[in-house]
Amino acid sequence: MSAPSTGGASRDGYGAALLRLAADQRVVVLEADLGKSTKSCLFREAHPERTISLGIAEQNMILVAAGMSSSGKIPFASTFAIFTERGFEQVRNGVARPGLVVHLCGSHGGIHTGTDGSSAQSIEDLALYRTIPGMTVMHPCDDLSAEELTVQLLGHENPSYTRTARNKTPRMYDGDSCKKLRIGKGSILREGSDVAIISCGVMVSESIKAAEYLFSKGISAAVVDMHTLKPLDKDLIDELADTCKGIVTAEDHSVIGGLGSAVAEHLSSRGDTPMRMIGVSDRFGESGTPEQLMESLGMTHKDIVNSCESLVS
Amino acid sequence: MNSTAPSIEMTNSQLEELALKCRRHIVKMIHSAGAGHPGGSLSAIDIIVALYGNRLRIETSNPDWGDRDRFIMSKGHASPAIYSILYEMGFISEMDMMSFRSMGSVCQGHVDMKWTDGVDFSAGSLGMGLSFGLGCALAARMDSSDRNIWVMVGDGEIQEGQFWEAAMAADFHSAGRLNLVVDRNRIQNDDFVETQMEVGDVAAKLSSFGWEVIEIDGHNMEEIVSSIDWSLSNSARPTAIIAHTTKGKGVSFMENNPSFHGKAPNDEELQIALEELS
Repeated sequence: MSAPSTGGASRDGYGAALLRLAADQRVVVLEADLGKSTKSCLFREAHPERTISLGIAEQNMILVAAGMSSSGKIPFASTFAIFTERGFEQVRNGVARPGLVVHLCGSHGGIHTGTDGSSAQSIEDLALYRTIPGMTVMHPCDDLSAEELTVQLLGHENPSYTRTARNKTPRMYDGDSCKKLRIGKGSILREGSDVAIISCGVMVSESIKAAEYLFSKGISAAVVDMHTLKPLDKDLIDELADTCKGIVTAEDHSVIGGLGSAVAEHLSSRGDTPMRMIGVSDRFGESGTPEQLMESLGMTHKDIVNSCESLVS
Repeated sequence: MNSTAPSIEMTNSQLEELALKCRRHIVKMIHSAGAGHPGGSLSAIDIIVALYGNRLRIETSNPDWGDRDRFIMSKGHASPAIYSILYEMGFISEMDMMSFRSMGSVCQGHVDMKWTDGVDFSAGSLGMGLSFGLGCALAARMDSSDRNIWVMVGDGEIQEGQFWEAAMAADFHSAGRLNLVVDRNRIQNDDFVETQMEVGDVAAKLSSFGWEVIEIDGHNMEEIVSSIDWSLSNSARPTAIIAHTTKGKGVSFMENNPSFHGKAPNDEELQIALEELS
């Protein structure tokens, strides 16, 4: 087992949450050879009798989880985000359609994954799972919020997909503030009245940086950590649309189908709110450091700033 | 006819009589719906009748009883076979059964646990049932329960890679309460299995995956019943019954005929079928 990183990567939060959930004997953990990476290895070490190794076989893992759920267990299954997609139809037909509560976690999501290159950089997972009726879809921004939201899945009545990230990002929460998080409710990290930045995952810290820069230029930008993409916090989006001149979304995901699309789908019924989307345009990633890739794909705080300025000018 | 583990065992001739009744239900409900899969329902029904009639520990009055045996119908298109036995066991009404495939019916086109009492799996996409059954078996072991998990797959279905992922995992996890039946009727949607992608010696393949395997005539009630008991007595390893069957069994013009994989009989064909099944 590799040593857990010292905090900041949302996958570490997932691993920590599994340990807290272990007190409930119904909780079982399923792995497909990437437990060291997704951090379910922490649960395996503490509770081997409730950890099921299924080898490099994601489709099977998802239906084994479904069978366990139908038998009264609460399964948490994880692999890389990209490899969950190999079992997409299994999630759709075998888990969500019969309404079985299975919690799937895909780590290493987004181009932020870095040097592994495009084969490992899922930029479509959030879009895929958002299309499944009844599915909860989350993408927390740091380790503490990932831990809190994963722990809250224990009483959740729907199947879920949670994307975590490989790399550390600045913590947006502390031990107290993360306890206020609720699945399905966006978290306002910074108040603002001119423009609203709605973001998720590793882009939340970039959004805060952007808001700080905009403040120095006299522009008041709100920042929301929209950790839950589905069900979407439409009330909060309405409040932001009522008070701001426009909305910018920021995500480490394709602009097709992700957070930006979810917000746009809701705003389309209003027709009064201009918006811009920051994310991966219609292309694959490549090898590089996270910073290089974000710069190259137009996903830094500077790109968020430019979009915000275009809405308020 | 209901209750927990059947207290009065049916004789083989009684089971055969029940299977004949179910065959009549199958052709009638598919004719009524104007669509459905008679071939694979008729090939599977003898085994299904033997299991439900004599061996499954289930409760008609409490279909969600947590410690019941499970029957995972992975070849979910053969749903009429399941609906016919669920009707005979008292889980669903005749009206339910005859509303097969109609809007709002509890008898959906493919078996679906969300819609029908007594159904343990939502099928329709092939290759998934053995994985689901393995999950049920692992959960049962964690609960220290001796409930048995039965999974039925078609032979065309095992062309799906996921089936073999599950077969390998079942051996690795020594899922002894997992009992598989392969309905080896040799026909799939488009044509004979041997023309689409022959699956070959299924018994040898599963044996090499670590399974205990037996081959039977899937229409011989004596062989069916004894193979079920063999499977139940072997709780150390996962077991598979390779049931050699005839697609469309019991209706002459459907037997071994790929065109009746997924086609309803017309009015005239129904009458002939019912005469042959009387």
